[in-house]
Amino acid sequence: MTQNANDWLNEHGDYLYRFALAKLRDPHQAEDAVQETMLAAIKNPSFEGQSSSRTWLTGILKHKIIDLQRKQLREQPVSDVVDLDASDTSMDDFFDNSGHWLDKPQHLDMPDNALQQSQFLSVLDGCMNKLPKKLAAIFMLRDVHDTDNEIICKELEISTTNAWVMLYRARMQLRKCLEINWVIG
Amino acid sequence: MLNCKSASQLVSQSLDRKLSFFERWQLKFHLFICDACHRFNQQLLQLRAMLKKMSQQTEEDVSITLSPEAKERIKEKINS
Repeated sequence: MTQNANDWLNEHGDYLYRFALAKLRDPHQAEDAVQETMLAAIKNPSFEGQSSSRTWLTGILKHKIIDLQRKQLREQPVSDVVDLDASDTSMDDFFDNSGHWLDKPQHLDMPDNALQQSQFLSVLDGCMNKLPKKLAAIFMLRDVHDTDNEIICKELEISTTNAWVMLYRARMQLRKCLEINWVIG
Repeated sequence: MLNCKSASQLVSQSLDRKLSFFERWQLKFHLFICDACHRFNQQLLQLRAMLKKMSQQTEEDVSITLSPEAKERIKEKINS
C-alpha cells in the first residue's frame, strides 16, 4: 500500500495541492490536507477501483477540507458563536424599522485583472477576519468551495434555516465591508 | 409587497435554494422597481462568480506545485 501511496503522491500530489489551495487559500493548510488525504487513502484502499485514483483521492480530500474547517469552528471562543435568535435586531445596522436600507448599496467595482484580483483577495480576507468565525466558515464552504447546502448543514450540525440566516448575514457584512475597503487603486 | 429587508433575504436565499414561484415573482417585481436591491442582487452574484473563477484559476494553474520539502515530509509520514 505504501508503494501505491508514493505513486499517488507523485502522480496526483500537485493536483490535490492545487485543489486544496483553491479552497483553503492557505498553503500550510493545503499541505496538511494533502497529507491527511494520503494517510486516509492508505488506511482505506478498498475504495479504489470504483473510480480513477484521482477522482477517489479528490473525494477524500474534499472531506478532509471540511474536517479542517470544522476543527477551526470548534476552536472558536464561545463569545464568537452567533446568537441566531437575535436575527431581527442584528440587522438593525442595515435596515430601518420599516425595512428600508439605511445605507443603500453603493457601486462596487469587481477586479478585472490578476493584480486587482490579488488585491481584492487580500481586502476580502481582511473582511472575512472581521466576521464571526462561524459566519466566515460557512461563507467559505458555500460561496468559495461551492459545497452543497445539505452537506454544510450535516457537517456543521445546523438546520437549513440557520444556514440561510448565517449566509445572509455573512454576505451582508462582507458586501458592506468590501464597499468600504475595496477601492481599485 | 416586499420591503427591502425581506427582498435582500430572498436575494441571498436564492443562492442557496430554489425560491417558490410566488417568492420569485415577488422578488422579480421588487428588483424591477428598487435600484438598491437590484444592485445588491447583482453584487452578490458577481462576488460569487468571481470567487468561483479565482478558485478555478488556482486549481488549473500548473505552475503551483507542492514544494519539494512538503513532498518529502508527506512521504516520510506515508512510509513511517
